[in-house]
Formats: sequence, structure tokens, C-alpha cells
Amino acid sequence: MTVAVITRLADDVPRRTLILLGILLAALLVAPWIVNDYLLTVLIVTLYSAYTGQAWNIMMGFAGQLSLGNALYAGLGAYLAAALFTDFGIGPWIGFLASIPVAAACGAIIGFLAFRFGVAGVYFAILTIAFGEFARIGFDHLTIVNASAGLFLPVAQYAHNDLWRLRGDPTMFYYVILAATVLAFVLCRLLLRSRIGYFWLAIREDEQAARAVGIDTFRYKMYAVVISAAATSFAGVFYAFFYNNLFPEQVFNIGRSIEMILGPVIGGVGTLFGPILGAFVLNGLAETLNATMSAVGLDLPGAKEVFYGLCLLFVILALPEGVWPPLARRLGFDKGKR
Amino acid sequence: MTFDVYLNVAVAGVLTGLVYGLMALGLSVIFGVVRVVNFAHGEMMSIAMYIAVLLFSTFHLDPLIMLVPIAAVMFAFGYVLQARVINPFVTRPEHSQFLLLVALAIIIANTLLILFGPDARTVQTSYAYDSFQLGPVLIDASKAYAGAAAIAFAIALFAFFRFSLVGKAIRACADNYTGALVVGLNVNRLYALSFALGAACVGAAGSMMTLIVDVTPSIGPVYTLLAFVIVITGGLGSMAGALVGGILIGLTEALAGLLFTPSAKSMFAFGILVLVLLFRPQGILGRRPS
Repeated sequence: MTVAVITRLADDVPRRTLILLGILLAALLVAPWIVNDYLLTVLIVTLYSAYTGQAWNIMMGFAGQLSLGNALYAGLGAYLAAALFTDFGIGPWIGFLASIPVAAACGAIIGFLAFRFGVAGVYFAILTIAFGEFARIGFDHLTIVNASAGLFLPVAQYAHNDLWRLRGDPTMFYYVILAATVLAFVLCRLLLRSRIGYFWLAIREDEQAARAVGIDTFRYKMYAVVISAAATSFAGVFYAFFYNNLFPEQVFNIGRSIEMILGPVIGGVGTLFGPILGAFVLNGLAETLNATMSAVGLDLPGAKEVFYGLCLLFVILALPEGVWPPLARRLGFDKGKR
Repeated sequence: MTFDVYLNVAVAGVLTGLVYGLMALGLSVIFGVVRVVNFAHGEMMSIAMYIAVLLFSTFHLDPLIMLVPIAAVMFAFGYVLQARVINPFVTRPEHSQFLLLVALAIIIANTLLILFGPDARTVQTSYAYDSFQLGPVLIDASKAYAGAAAIAFAIALFAFFRFSLVGKAIRACADNYTGALVVGLNVNRLYALSFALGAACVGAAGSMMTLIVDVTPSIGPVYTLLAFVIVITGGLGSMAGALVGGILIGLTEALAGLLFTPSAKSMFAFGILVLVLLFRPQGILGRRPS
């Protein structure tokens, strides 16, 4: 079974790509021993956006449904796990198990309403924004989770890392999010190589044609939304326990949804490695700008963001497909097992 | 609370809604013709608002008089933006356009932050506290002027699209892209012109908006979302729909603010959007796509 899965994963992948992935994984595994605390936090944030980008990519990159409201699923996961922990002392993993059906159901409701009533394209995107904003303002007035005053997790000094309760030092959080990113990558690879993945790609390329050849497009689009929502909810659980504080204004902010999208769009929508590469490019860029700004001594609020926006503009103008596809072609990391 | 209170709030909501409607009209023109969703719409409005505030604070020029020159400035800005930056993206996938406009929005908002700082700016006109008594209704003078200006601007735009040759050409472009090319219309120029007109709407609306709300560099996303809600509620591609949607959303927000709490008002606007998307996806005045 395990062997079968591994061969299926590696099947049809050029050797140099496997070597690249192996080196990258090894580098990420030893990173906590090499980098300082600050860089470790940067890596955690980077992997977090790689993970959320991967989850978003299932919906948009594979099935072609543009969601601009994925912060909703992360927010639901975060609030549910945090509330269970603070009110009942229930650990985050149980909280995650509880948040899967909640986020999936929420995704299913949005998907059902949209796909049943023929809401597609930009309209679908705006429907997802609407639900996200609805949740943001709703949670801002929901007193059982402290409304706009915010929900705080108890921060105590833990003598040792408690993986079960997700209490510990950044290194533990780093390995948790690294494992999640690797798992999401593997899951996406398996999905793409399975029947469901091929159906998604067919729907993405031409929905009418997909329906004409007998694909139940409604059902497979629903699968995409539900899987993406459930996967994103874990990011929320992680967020809650890593940052220890939740404010509706931040967690459900449309800015969070946009951040989840930037990575895969910069890296390459619909590619497996794009979300990961995009996350590293964007966070690397932001950190470089930070470092340059403080080195120059320029302390102007907004200046960093302007440069960031200009860089985004440059990438999207120069590389319409994102960074990964042309890079993969140039270096022979894509298909072509010869 | 008496009936009068509701009536007062409702009238204020409708007048604010007219300004919202003009702003959304800009988005509707841009999407209806160029088929690009302008995710930097609110940021473009904040540019206009800062120009109006600056003109008022340095030269004491009234935003209502300045709305024409400000609209002209935004017209030029929109023309150049479409012709130079956005045009290559017209045929690209939606997420690519989205990223482009998000990048523009980030640049605009933070440039405004650098130039003006994070504090809220406001315009204090001599008539800021005036009001008209109309039977039982007390109408805020600023809102009345702003609403009237919004109607005037919208009528001018309707007339342009209805009667001028260029306006007809733009409508032809929106109706049938290939057909427009076949009869020899310069589609790229018309696209730039449409984006410019949309920007002019948002410029005029922003100028009026300074009478109603304070401006900060970060107000953009809220108004971008509001414009989406209005345009989809009213019906994309329907110019009257944008105004009707604006009035409806303005009214809903005002009444929700009164009946519940002001901070929850936009929840009701989004609720209306969801209902419209589900039961009348083409919007209140929109036509069903053929």
C-alpha cells in the first residue's frame, strides 16, 4: 500500500525534480538548527502561506472556481478550536476534527448556492467575499467569542513542548506547519493524479465540454470547495494556537483572503509547486524590503508596501503564468522524462 | 422612536445612496465594457477624496464646485491606466486581472499613506450644519447637495451614452466585441475611454463623498466592496441599476444602523447581495444574459 502510493507519487516525475524536492525538504528539515529565532518565525509564516495557498489552489487552480473568501474557513477553524480550548480545555487536534465538518459545511453551502443557481466566474468570487465579510461583521458582534474585543488563548511558560495541546516553542510550530505543507503537497499530487483531479481539470478548461462527456460538474465542483475549505480550516487552527489571539477584524479580513491568493498566483496557479515557490518569493521579498528599509534608515510608513505592490505589478506584467511554469520549463523540472 | 425618525434616517440614507450609486456606476461602466473587475475602485475614490480635501484646505474651494475638475483629473488618470497598464490584461484570466488591480490598490493606498499620513481628513464647509425642513423631514444640506450633484452627473453620463456617437460606439463595444472590431471601431481607445469615464464617475463621487465621510488612506477596500454589492444588486451593465442599487443599499445601511447598531450595517448590505445573487443573479434591473 505505502509502496504503491509512493510509486504513484513519483511516477512520471523527472529525476531532477525529485532531487530538487528532496534537497528542499532536507533543507527545511534542518533549518531550525541553522537559522535564528527571527528567521524561524519568517519561515513559519512562509510555510503558513504556502499551505493556505495550496488549499486555495485546489479550488481555483484545479477546479477553476475563483474564491476570494478563503479567510472565512481559516477563521471558522481558528475560532472553533480556540473556543473549545479556552472554554472546555479541548485540545487543538480535536478542535481541528470539529472544524473540518464546520468549514466543509460552510463551503458546501456557498458552493451549493452558487453552483445550483449558476453563479460563476467573477460573481462566484464576489459571493465568497460576501460570505467572508458577513462572517467578519457577524463575529464582531458575537458575544460568546468576545466579539470585537478578541479571543485570547492562555499563554503560559511551558517547560516542554506539548504537541498534543500545541503549546511550545516556535520550533515545534515550525515542524507542525512543515508537516502540514508537505501533507497538503502530497494530497494535492494524489488528487491531481486521480479520477477526481482529471475531472477538475476538465471542468476548469471547459465546463460545458466536461458536462457533455458525462462529468457531474456540480458534484466535482462541490468536492473542490469542500476539500479546499476543510484543508484551509487547519490553517486557522494553527493560526489560533501560534498567535494566541483572534480578532474578527483581522482573522476574517479580506486582506487575509488576498494573502492566501497572492502566493499561488505569483508562483503559478494550478501547479503543485507554485503555491510553495510563490510563498517563498513573496515572503522573501517582504523580508528583503524590511531589511533594506532599516539598513537605509528609511522609516516611512507605507514605503515598503508601495515597493511590494510595484514588485507584484512587475511579476504579473512580466510573467503572466507566474514564476514556476517558465522556470520549470527552462530548467527541465516539468514533464519530459527523457 | 417615532415615525419621523425613521423618515429622516431613510431620506439621509437615500441621499447617501445616490452618491454610492454614482461611485458604483463607475464600476459598472468599467466592468460592462472592459470586462475587468476594478478591485482598485475604492482606492481610486480615495485619490479623488484627497484631492478634494487638499483643494479645500489650501484654496477653500468647495468640493461640489471642484467635482468637475476632479472628475477630469480622474478621467485622465483612468485613461492612462487602462491604455498603458490594464489593456494587456483584458484577455488574461480573472485571477491575473485581480492580482494586477490588487497590486495597483496596494500602491495607491500606501502612496496616499506616505503623502498624507494615517489621520482622517475632513472638509468643513460653511453649510456643514445647515439643514432644510420639509414638512416633518429634516434634510441635511450637505447630503442634499451631494445627492443632487450625483443625479446631475449620472444624467450627463446617461445622455452621453444615449446620444453621442462615441457613447454609442462604446455601447457597441460592450454588446459585441467582434462586431465592433469588424465595423472598424478602435476598441483599445474605446476601452481606455470607458475606463476613464468610470474613473470620472468615481472622481465626482469621491469629491461629493468628502461632505459625508472623513477620508483615511485605508478606506479603499470598504468602498470597493460596497461598489460591488451595489452593482450586482442593481444589475451589471444597467446604468439605472447602479443608481437604484445605490439607493437601496444606502437606505438599507441607514435603517440597519438605526434599528441594530451602525457597526453591523454592512452585514445587511451583504445579506441583500447574497439574496440577489441567489434569486435574481442578473440584478434588479439587469437583463438575463442571452
